[in-house]
Amino acid sequence: MSRGPAGQVLRGLSLEIAAGETVALVGRSGAGKSTALKLINGLILPNAGEILIEGRSTRAWNPFELRRRIGYVLQEIGLFPHMTVADNVAVVPRLLGWETARIEARVAAMLRLVGLDPGTYAARASTELSGGQRQRVGVARALAADPPILLMDEPFGALDPLTRAELHREFRRIQSEVRKTVVIVTHDMAEAFALATRVGVLDAGAIAQIDTPRALARSTDPRVRPLLEPLFEAGALLS
Amino acid sequence: MSLLRFLAEHRAEFLHLLFQHVVLVGASTLAAIAVGVPTGVLAARRPRLGAPIVWLANVVQTIPSLAMFGFLLPLPFVGGLGARVAIVVLILYALLPIIRTTVAGVRGVDRALVEAGTALGMTSRQLLWQVELPLAVPSIVAGIRVAAVIGVGTATIAAAVGAGGLGEYIFRGLSMVDPTVILAGAVPAAALALLVDGGLLLGERALRHGVRAPRMAAIAAVLALAATAGLAWARSGSAADTIRIGSKNFTEQIILGELLAAQIERTTGLTVERRLNLGGTFICDRALRSGDIDVYVEYTGTADTAVFKNPVETDPTRVLARLRQDYAAAGVTLLPPLGFENTFAILVRGEDARRLGLRAIGDAAAQSSSWQAGFGYEFLQRADGYPGLKDRYGLRFSNVRAMDLSLIYRALADRQVDLIAGDATSGLIATYDLFMLQDTGHYFPPYDAVPVARSATLLRHPEVRRALEALAGRITIEDMRRMNQAVDAGRRDPASVAGEFLAQLEQQRPTKG
Repeated sequence: MSRGPAGQVLRGLSLEIAAGETVALVGRSGAGKSTALKLINGLILPNAGEILIEGRSTRAWNPFELRRRIGYVLQEIGLFPHMTVADNVAVVPRLLGWETARIEARVAAMLRLVGLDPGTYAARASTELSGGQRQRVGVARALAADPPILLMDEPFGALDPLTRAELHREFRRIQSEVRKTVVIVTHDMAEAFALATRVGVLDAGAIAQIDTPRALARSTDPRVRPLLEPLFEAGALLS
Repeated sequence: MSLLRFLAEHRAEFLHLLFQHVVLVGASTLAAIAVGVPTGVLAARRPRLGAPIVWLANVVQTIPSLAMFGFLLPLPFVGGLGARVAIVVLILYALLPIIRTTVAGVRGVDRALVEAGTALGMTSRQLLWQVELPLAVPSIVAGIRVAAVIGVGTATIAAAVGAGGLGEYIFRGLSMVDPTVILAGAVPAAALALLVDGGLLLGERALRHGVRAPRMAAIAAVLALAATAGLAWARSGSAADTIRIGSKNFTEQIILGELLAAQIERTTGLTVERRLNLGGTFICDRALRSGDIDVYVEYTGTADTAVFKNPVETDPTRVLARLRQDYAAAGVTLLPPLGFENTFAILVRGEDARRLGLRAIGDAAAQSSSWQAGFGYEFLQRADGYPGLKDRYGLRFSNVRAMDLSLIYRALADRQVDLIAGDATSGLIATYDLFMLQDTGHYFPPYDAVPVARSATLLRHPEVRRALEALAGRITIEDMRRMNQAVDAGRRDPASVAGEFLAQLEQQRPTKG
């Protein structure tokens, strides 16, 4: 479907995601996970085939309007180091030309939603935060303009296991409140199982299998099994 | 200590020069920011366009500053003596560091942040104003600091084109061989450089937090406006009907400039503007031809060889005739010589000359085998210096010592050497009772002092021609030495020395006819 500089990355990928669903795409490095996300918000246009957002092709959307309707939580940092926490969260509302008072109220609400006290954190420099706090701000920024769609690229990859587990719980709480259409890419099957209603395994640029976590756990597909192994090993050690 | 006393005594002038210096550097740096930052951004985002721009700025940077002034002087709009051309040159020098650091700053922004901005829906312009430029600010400010510090240094050379600034003291001090005056320009300039560097650093820290696009745009607009105002101020030239007198940058030239100026003021009533202490022969000639000055005093030998590149000619009348033609072709009139010659002077102690009855250089040949000679490094090397002189007059010294020109008169007076090559109009000749041997063999080309004037000016104001012709042959070499001595050794003001001399000339007129 798409050709990066190094050649074809995704091929024959067909996937439909319903509104309000949380889909995780899991795969090894280089399986095309990030490319799939970039196709959704129009950072990359497909060489062949089509990506329809709300029934309209990404080619037909104004790319800037499209991206402002899609929240994006980035791998690694992604927060602007020269801005305060509040300014980072306010980026998309500002791009949309909201009034100052509305932006301020929204920023405060978003910080509270992700569990950060606005009074304490709004004016802080984003560089003063811990890794977990930064990812919370990243989620707040992605949700600030109330987009119907949320994309998350390895959102909790760089965190320690405890913080990660805490953020997984937070994510489920937030998602139960906001009910977005969410696409998460991760290399960690445990994370996918913890967050998603459906999990797809990407292999060699195509979907090997996509199913509920429960069904996927019983998969016999040789492209899926290796990704499940760490889960079972952990389970075996515990029992 | 003497530096502090000098600055205290010249407080008003010092503050004026310091202000000029700050305006020169400020206006040029602001203009360079207004041009350089957008250029750097363009170069960073369009590498194919960027490489040639950076290359060009590199080339400009390699041109020596005095040569750059020379190139720009005759150009319309940017050229001309004064602050305007100085600011243009300073802008050109400031551009490279600013463009470079802007390119580096914009290119150095973490790709992940640019991708984040794009993914959040920023347009290319929003990315630039909200992400790339703010993150490039520390790098850009580093470039501005370098540019401003270079500017403070380069602006001292601007005094050579009449732009004023602290360089005035440096050039004046060099021509007077007075370290205090040199330091009066150099030390405040160095302090200014440090101050500007530190101030910009603090300014950048204050700016770093939370400055948004509209405010940045406003700042850029203010900078551009201030720079334009600076340029406009610098361009405000003088009225059309003033006579502008130029001079080179050593004592004798400044005295002569004041002398011509006072003569024109006294006899014609025209307004005279003094643009003295300009860079040197090259700058003065360019300024005269481009109409930035109307008159200055040149020396025939210098004009013949340095300006018109003619082969060496030692016959004074032939040199004058040739120069009259060459100058006429350039729209310049060679006026009658003032009467003295500033040539190489072969000097001996006055008592030796009287005791041995020496009058001409040839007379020294008989003594030379027991004498030591002292010459400047340049005189020892030049084809028209010692090698030819020795052959022409059959001189054979027991020893020839190379020494610095500033020490050479003293060395002769103190009997360390017995014959030197000095400067015919030096005030030290009288101070140390030295005697100048005649160049009867016409070894040296003539260096008669002659006023050169724009022919157009003389046509428009024939009274200027009459005023200058009235000085023909009126300044003897002793007069010139005395005036140089009064300024260099006596620390007198060149204008009053010249004024007194003119008054004295007027008293002589009835008797001399």
